[in-house]
Amino acid sequence: MSEHDHHHHDHDHSELSETELRVRALESILTEKGYVEAAALDAIVQAYETKIGPHNGARVVAKAWTDPAFKQALLEDASKAVGTLGHVSRVGDHLVAIENTTGRHNMVVCTLCSCYPWEMLGLPPVWYKASPYRSRAVKDPRGVLADFGVSLPKETEIRVWDSTAETRFLVLPMRPAGTEGWSEDQLAELVTRDSMIGTGFPKTPGAPS
Amino acid sequence: MDSGAAARATSAVSSIPRDQDGPVFRAPWEAQAFAMALTLHDRGVFTWPEWAAALADQIKRAQAAGDPDTGETYYQHWLATLEHLVAAKGVTTHETLHRYRDAWDHAADRTPHGQPIELVPGDFR
Repeated sequence: MSEHDHHHHDHDHSELSETELRVRALESILTEKGYVEAAALDAIVQAYETKIGPHNGARVVAKAWTDPAFKQALLEDASKAVGTLGHVSRVGDHLVAIENTTGRHNMVVCTLCSCYPWEMLGLPPVWYKASPYRSRAVKDPRGVLADFGVSLPKETEIRVWDSTAETRFLVLPMRPAGTEGWSEDQLAELVTRDSMIGTGFPKTPGAPS
Repeated sequence: MDSGAAARATSAVSSIPRDQDGPVFRAPWEAQAFAMALTLHDRGVFTWPEWAAALADQIKRAQAAGDPDTGETYYQHWLATLEHLVAAKGVTTHETLHRYRDAWDHAADRTPHGQPIELVPGDFR
């Protein structure tokens, strides 16, 4: 999208770009007149979920795992650090990277609006947009993670980050063990979308993908 | 989805940006615009040759008006073509499109951040 396509972000209400307004207008009219069904459109879009946006999050994470200076820059100012990577396209401002450690696991909620960094992550999963996920994630993050098959040691603190229009989060997962000496390309293959929103771990080396 | 439908679209409209698997999109709204064209085609609102001609016409006019034609604006032209064709085919009017666009703008304005943006009758004013 081009620069003029974006409204400036306000603090407390939602924003849609001029283009998004037109797309929504068209979709509402076509739905009301019975030409299209919202669910059918969603299904088509979802079929292309891996083909939307540059998906550069995995590359960013892999670089942070191999380049300590980049990692430090990423944690200090993620938008700026990502902007320094020539092969990665522009991301919006106010991107914040939060690091998982053995003591703390991060998980991000909120994606009902434009705050989801789809440039980095591709489309959000369908369940992520459901309101039960959001409210439960805040009240019972450990339970939500268990539903995703993610179990963490009791002593690991779980921190839930609620995106705002100003800030979009990228979880920097822990580098899997057994990947010493791996190249960035190899490492990037292990980084899943869910690991970058904190509802999963990176793939384990040698495990079937 | 019916992947055959998308394949027929990409073969009939040769300009659609793609990789070895099929269409690629720069943003979610582009995929939504693609999906709407696919659906309207299935409903018989236009044929692919008709669509391709309207899109080419749209791109030609944009280039005459100074569009850089770098590929970044491809789906802008796609969206403009959708708007043009639904009006030309009597599905809706440009006036209605504007009215809904403004209503969505009002809906976004009154929706607190993080809530789903939904259109209600009061947004039409």
